[in-house]
Amino acid sequence: MSGTMAEKVWDAHVVHPGGDGEPDLLYIDLHLIHEVTSPQAFDGLRAAGRPVRRPDLTLATEDHNVPTVDIDRPIADPVSRAQVEALRANCAEFGVPLFPLGDAEQGIVHVVGPQLGLTQPGMTVVCGDSHTSTHGAFGALAFGIGTSEVEHVLATQSLPLKPFRTMAVTVDGELPEGVTAKDIILAVIAQIGTGGGQGYVIEYRGSAIESLSMEARMTICNMSIEAGARAGMIAPDETTFTYLKGRDHAPTGTDWDDAVAYWSQLRSDPDAEFDREVVIDAASLSPFVTWGTNPGQGLPLSEVVPSPDDFADEVQRHAAQRALEYMGLTPGTPLRDITVDTVFVGSCTNGRIEDLRAVADILRGRRVADGVRVLVVPGSVRVREQAEAEGLGEIFQAAGAEWREAGCSMCLAMNPDKLTPGERAASTSNRNFEGRQGPGGRTHLVSPQVAAATAITGRLTAPADLAV
Amino acid sequence: MEAFVVHEGTAAPLRHSNVDTDQIIPAEYLKRITRTGFHDGLFAAWRTDPDFVLNRPHHQGVSILVAGPDFGTGSSREHAVWALQDYGFRVVVSSRFADIFRSNAGKNGLLPALVDQSTLERLWEIVEATPDIPVLVDLDAQEIRAGDLVAPFDVDPAVKWRLLNGLDDIAITLSHAAEIDRFEEQRPAFKPVTSS
Repeated sequence: MSGTMAEKVWDAHVVHPGGDGEPDLLYIDLHLIHEVTSPQAFDGLRAAGRPVRRPDLTLATEDHNVPTVDIDRPIADPVSRAQVEALRANCAEFGVPLFPLGDAEQGIVHVVGPQLGLTQPGMTVVCGDSHTSTHGAFGALAFGIGTSEVEHVLATQSLPLKPFRTMAVTVDGELPEGVTAKDIILAVIAQIGTGGGQGYVIEYRGSAIESLSMEARMTICNMSIEAGARAGMIAPDETTFTYLKGRDHAPTGTDWDDAVAYWSQLRSDPDAEFDREVVIDAASLSPFVTWGTNPGQGLPLSEVVPSPDDFADEVQRHAAQRALEYMGLTPGTPLRDITVDTVFVGSCTNGRIEDLRAVADILRGRRVADGVRVLVVPGSVRVREQAEAEGLGEIFQAAGAEWREAGCSMCLAMNPDKLTPGERAASTSNRNFEGRQGPGGRTHLVSPQVAAATAITGRLTAPADLAV
Repeated sequence: MEAFVVHEGTAAPLRHSNVDTDQIIPAEYLKRITRTGFHDGLFAAWRTDPDFVLNRPHHQGVSILVAGPDFGTGSSREHAVWALQDYGFRVVVSSRFADIFRSNAGKNGLLPALVDQSTLERLWEIVEATPDIPVLVDLDAQEIRAGDLVAPFDVDPAVKWRLLNGLDDIAITLSHAAEIDRFEEQRPAFKPVTSS
């Protein structure tokens, strides 16, 4: 094997080489599905009389529009209910394993796969959801697909694809105290732009990346799509192997040894050439927040709201102008002076146990600011139960936060958890688009630590700013 | 996918240019969970007008749409193609198609037949004069015939090959089924399965 990690994983999955500009046919090791992008795919199978080729490589969960309260009652919204019911019927008809609402394994599709040990290095993973890039944290080639492609993978367990270009993002050095994976990825996106990764698979590397936990690596790969990239990857190492060992679907016995031997060869060769390279000094990073309406419009929390005149580029200046109007912000305002109405902790970006521990560490013994609504939504039922076992749920509630059931929730507001017009939120999710968290809602993307500190003061705050 | 070699049917003249996919099917119909049944969303806004071409009694049961240039612009929604097919269309004739629509149509088995503007005008006149006139679309010969009109049309060679053979993308991939089988036999034993 030679080349970059992405190329190695690609080459190991070519079923039929395209050649001459034609796509390669690539085998798919794991296909994750959910209720929103799968109904028409199953309908297409039915119309053509085709079965699901490998139900045993397919897994469904209900996440995008499930409620996070009263989950034992019927789903009130008829559109959400119809999608969930369709998923249940389709999974039963085609023999696809499903974790429905109320199941001990239910949760956000990108939290469920890794926690079960289904996401492993060197695999190809797809899902009808752009944040499938999350799974790249294990050294898997993982990317989002459309509904026609969902049907294609259900029917054939493979997908015709043209090769991606490769980009290396190297983050070397030591992260300052209080700087997290979320701050790294927001800084990367601010640097290369929301279109900077277009057509690329990004490999994140360097000592600062290697020092991160699996949860933190997932946060980084998750938001590769916000830089325009189809996928993000991090080379598997001891941290990866330790995370996987003993999980439900991880290999055991001699299979484990074979797997580790294989996984260990996947990292990019020292002389591998990337189509583009970006270098970031970890020591220069600090807690990052977004001020605008795309994930690239972010700044260190110590800065002020920019003026459109700060942007030399005409398109960026216009975008900034429009974003400031939508966000209701005045140039020159210190970001720390921005007050919020709501704090949302959760999503496939920051809804894992490590994220909840970080939030609990800050909320412990403190109270949420008056008038601030705080939602803590675990990424899965397992995460919720782990948090309960560690006493985190009690800490959230004692601080005045709402401790919810698992799902995508306010990240995309397909369920009842929404912002109202003009309402401002600090959110640990991944998209600050206009109306993303509810029509007219205003979103500032932040790390779990900044979200927790913000909940205490009611304005954008880093943990270090809190009085001891 | 059903093979398309020769199709004979009646045609509806749609004298509009720049028919975007929002007009073909509005966004509110995208919340549905089925792949079929989008016929009622087709041209939903225009169909509220009793005089709209598809509402006219002598254009019932049509299967060929003859539309103005830049058909299918805007949103990439595949639902636009599904809606046309669900309504009964097998061919859209136009003097220019939007790229994504043309690609989506080919993938789903709806023939996008590209003609020059003079052929389009002539076809409109013939169909408007005699609404029930049979229109023949011969894909192999790339020819349209209606009354005394015999005109060539253009189609992407790959789309033509797929339609003539009745192959959709999935069928093409399934033509490599033996290679998929072989690949699966060689997959390492340590790869996980989702069944418990």
